[in-house]
Amino acid sequence: MMRNALLLLASLSLSAEALAETVQVAVASNFAGPMELIAVAFEKSTGHKAAVSTGATGKFYAQIQNAAPFEVLVAADDTTPARMETEGLAVPGSRYTYAIGKLVLWSAKPGFVDKDGKVLKNGKFAHLALANPKTAPYGAAAVEVLNNLGLLKALEPKFVQGENIAQTQQFVATGNAELGFIAKSQVIKDGKLTGGSAWMVPEKLHEPIRQDAVLLTKGKDNLAALALLAYLKSEPAKAIIKSFGYEF
Amino acid sequence: MDAASLGAVQLTLKLATAVTALLLVIGTPIAWWLARTRSKLKALVGAIVSLPLVLPPTVLGFYMLLAMGPHGAIGHLTQFLGLGLLPFTFPGLVITSVIYSMPFVVQPIQNAFTALGERPLEAAATLRAGPWDTFFSVVVPLARPGFITAAILGFAHTVGEFGVVLMIGGNIPGKTRVISVQIYDHVEAMEYTQAHWLAGGMVLFSFLVLLALYSLQPATRGH
Repeated sequence: MMRNALLLLASLSLSAEALAETVQVAVASNFAGPMELIAVAFEKSTGHKAAVSTGATGKFYAQIQNAAPFEVLVAADDTTPARMETEGLAVPGSRYTYAIGKLVLWSAKPGFVDKDGKVLKNGKFAHLALANPKTAPYGAAAVEVLNNLGLLKALEPKFVQGENIAQTQQFVATGNAELGFIAKSQVIKDGKLTGGSAWMVPEKLHEPIRQDAVLLTKGKDNLAALALLAYLKSEPAKAIIKSFGYEF
Repeated sequence: MDAASLGAVQLTLKLATAVTALLLVIGTPIAWWLARTRSKLKALVGAIVSLPLVLPPTVLGFYMLLAMGPHGAIGHLTQFLGLGLLPFTFPGLVITSVIYSMPFVVQPIQNAFTALGERPLEAAATLRAGPWDTFFSVVVPLARPGFITAAILGFAHTVGEFGVVLMIGGNIPGKTRVISVQIYDHVEAMEYTQAHWLAGGMVLFSFLVLLALYSLQPATRGH
C-alpha cells in the first residue's frame, strides 16, 4: 500500500516535472519588487519557473531586437510592447495593461518632502534625481509634472539622471541627491511608505503610466510564458501588485 | 554628429586630459618609490595601486558613491571644506578616474625606472648632480618611452571608462555625460545612427592609440 502510494507520488512528480517549463522574463526595474514575489507565487501555483531579469525597458527592446532569449516582456510603458507587436518581435494581440504606475517625489530624509510637493518650489537642494526621460517612462512623467508645474526650466540644471528607475532611487537612497522622482512601488510596501518622506504626485499632472506585458515571439510556444501572462492577471498576482501601490 | 554627441566628445577629452596630467604628477613619485624601495610595504602599495585592474568598475563606482556621499568619509571632508558633494560633478569624475586609471600610468613608468638600473644614477652622482637635477636631466629623458606609454594608456583608459561614470555621474550634459554614457543613451533610445557615429569613432580612436603604442615599442627595446 505504502509502496504503491510512493510510486504514485513519484509518477505524479515526474509528470509535473515534464510539464514544467522555465520562462525567461524581462522586467522593468520599477516592477522588480512585485515580480520577485509574483515569481515565487507563480512557481508554487503552476510548477513553472520564471527566470527574471530586471532593467530598463528601452535596453530590453534593443536586446530583444538583437535576438535576446526573453520570452515575456513586462514593460514600464505601453508604447514599447505595441511597437514590438507591429515589428514582429511580439505576438500580435498578446499585450495588455497589467498595472498603472504611480509617480512619487521621494527623499530618504524624513520630513524633507512635504505632502503637497511644495519642496520643489521652496526647498533647498542641489540635485533632483529622475530616470532618463528619453528612455524611461517614469522619467518622462517626471518631466511632464515639472512642466505642468512651470518648474522645468528652473530645476533642469539640478537634474541627475539614473539609467533606470532603480538607479534613480539609489541616488536618492544614498543621499547623493536630496530627492527624486521614482516609482511608488519602490518605496511602498503593504500600502505604507518604507522610509523617508514622499509626495504622491497627483494623476492630473501627467499622462497615466500604463505598463504593458507582452508575449515575445521567442516565447510563443512556451507553456510557462503563456502561464505567466495569465498569472499576472490573476487575483493573487493583482493583490501583490496592489500592495506596491499600483492601480489597475 | 549631433550637438549632444559633440558635447560628450568635448567633455571626455577634457576629462581624459585632466586625469592624465594629474596622474603623471601623482603617479611619477609613486612609480619612483615602487621602483627603488626595498621596503616591505612595496608589495602592499603595489597591490593597492593595481587594484582597479582587477576590480569590476561597479565595485569602485559603488564605494565611491558611498564614500563621496553625504555620509561617507570623503563626503564629510568635502563638505567640511565647503566644496559640497562630489558625485554628479566633473571634479568627482576626475578624482574617481584618477584612482581608476592609476595602474595604467604607474606601471609603465615604474617599469621604465626599474629598467634604468643604478648605473646612470651613479654616473650622475660622480658628476655631482643633485637628486632633482639627476631626476630631470637623466632619469626622465631615459625613461621617456615609459612616460609616453603611461600617458597614452592613462588617457585611453579614461576615455573608455563606463561603469564607474554610470554609477557616480548622473548623466548630466556637459558635466558627466561622457562618450561611453552617451553611446549607451543613444542605444537605449534606439538612436542607432548617432550611436554609430560615436561608437565607430571610438573603434578608430582605440585602434590608433594601440597602433601608436606598438610603434613605440622598438624604441623601448633599444635600451
